[in-house]
Amino acid sequence: MTEIPTSRHSAFQVLTGLFSLPAGARIGAGPMIAAVILVVIVLAAVLAPLYVPYDPLAMNSAARLQAPSSEHLLGTDPYGRDTFSRVMVGARVSLLIGVGAAVVSVAIGLMIGLVAGFFRAADGVIMRIMDSLMAIPAILLAIALVALNGPSLMSVIIAITVPEVPRVVRLVRSVILSAREEPYVEAAIALGSSMPKILIQHLMPNTFAPLIVQGTYICASAILIEAILSFLGAGVSTEIPTWGNIMAEGRTYFQIKPGLIFWPGLMLSLCILAINLLGDTARDLLDPRMKKREG
Amino acid sequence: MFVYILKRIVATIPVMVIVAVFVFLLLRLTPGDPAAILAGDSASPDQLERIRDRLGLNDPLIVQFMRWMGQLMRGDLGTSLISNTSVSGMLIDRLGPTINIALMTIVISVALAVPMGVIAAWRHRTWVDFLVMSFSVLGFSVPVFVIGYILIQIFAIELRWVPVQGYRAPSDGIGPFFSRAILPSLTLATIYIALIARMTRASMLEVLGEDYIRTARAKGVRENVVLFRHALRNAAVPILTIIGTGFALLISGVVVTESVFNIPGIGRLTVDAILARDYPVIQAMILLTAGIYVFVNLLVDVSYSFFDPRIRY
Repeated sequence: MTEIPTSRHSAFQVLTGLFSLPAGARIGAGPMIAAVILVVIVLAAVLAPLYVPYDPLAMNSAARLQAPSSEHLLGTDPYGRDTFSRVMVGARVSLLIGVGAAVVSVAIGLMIGLVAGFFRAADGVIMRIMDSLMAIPAILLAIALVALNGPSLMSVIIAITVPEVPRVVRLVRSVILSAREEPYVEAAIALGSSMPKILIQHLMPNTFAPLIVQGTYICASAILIEAILSFLGAGVSTEIPTWGNIMAEGRTYFQIKPGLIFWPGLMLSLCILAINLLGDTARDLLDPRMKKREG
Repeated sequence: MFVYILKRIVATIPVMVIVAVFVFLLLRLTPGDPAAILAGDSASPDQLERIRDRLGLNDPLIVQFMRWMGQLMRGDLGTSLISNTSVSGMLIDRLGPTINIALMTIVISVALAVPMGVIAAWRHRTWVDFLVMSFSVLGFSVPVFVIGYILIQIFAIELRWVPVQGYRAPSDGIGPFFSRAILPSLTLATIYIALIARMTRASMLEVLGEDYIRTARAKGVRENVVLFRHALRNAAVPILTIIGTGFALLISGVVVTESVFNIPGIGRLTVDAILARDYPVIQAMILLTAGIYVFVNLLVDVSYSFFDPRIRY
């Protein structure tokens, strides 16, 4: 019996496209779904104040710990606050922390990495410091930084940024180290271009593609770390609803009302999943060489 | 070989010194006064000054640092500001549960993740591969405490197979220990499995394309021998590296998992110390975890030559 070739793709083939996109191929369905999920979450977060039925901070002692109903879509928390409203509004701060931490770590890491990659004298010292920073577990460093600097939004972003910077520095440095051997850099030096010009105009653009990929991973991990920090009691002030804070408050009531952890947890996981998948796609498209190693 | 190991050990010294400087500055240059914590809210400025004097907080930073380093060299980690007991004693008391759970996690992770990665690579682009990769992507996306609560909900609350929280030492009986340690270990293992399986698969995929694998198959070596003896051994170096660097994840995970499962280990100790601003304990914990991380990665580096005889030092 001969097999009849069909043009239909099975669901499986579509989904495997998530992980093994051939370089230069069109973007598969997986990343498209991830992109749609992410756009929906971002829009839902940004527009949250326009459509949420309740004030996320308004307490109502008559409606404590209610089950999901038409009035409260996901029920209420121990203070009678509407969980749906809190989760949707909470997304704003969580996403802000993710993007903020990604931008700040990439910016700082880029500057330090450029210096380390280009000036051999500074390289040894900078890299030893970065190695040492990487030896400290990120979560530990982050909780210590927040506990010592106070629970503000800025200090949470800084706390997440500090452990990420060394990874960016390493990446930028390795790109610069290989790029500086290229003939066009030698040519620029021979033509008498100034150091800052070579660094910024000729070397820095090489780092953009890998940094975009790294940035998306940092964004995902920052959202995750924010949740963990809040959960341990070292996140942004508990007044502000974030996914982490909502879950942290749900801890005590977990056995009677698991939804307080599961709903924000689900939103957060979906969001991180989408960001990571887009990061993988971007990596495969921007740098087919990295594909081989990571599969 | 011996010289290489010695060199590597010497190379960890500057790293640890910089960690020490960093930890020291971190706690000295951020707002928050250890004397105020020790004195309580009702202390007068005069009392505060005396406590600062006693703790040596009025000395120049460099003097404080050298004194602290001197204590460290003698194995003295200081005294807790809160419980007023020796920090090294507190660590030793709390180390047991953490080590037991961490060991169980590593055993579970490696035992599951390496075969998962090997099979995924062997059956590349089939449903097995897809399943392993999905698990791996999911493992990175769900916060470790959410995994903990899901496991509690299923196995402790719905099925009632194991207790919800708590810890028993193995000396109290292996059954009670195991039933309480299995959920925290599985929780911690999730992200570690995701990491190791992903790297094993990638590394195996690379190796399985090599000529010697085709040769081995052509001369009729059994497939499991090809996979585990020929291929896995050659794929081992990146896998070992990720097990080593992933150790930082494990340490971070311990901090969270011990809070979820109410385990009296060093993770809980750290969180409590940080929230109470118990400076000597925080310093000791960051140094200890950084030390463990550096040591594990040293072991990993040294073990390369064991798995890959081409690497000679």
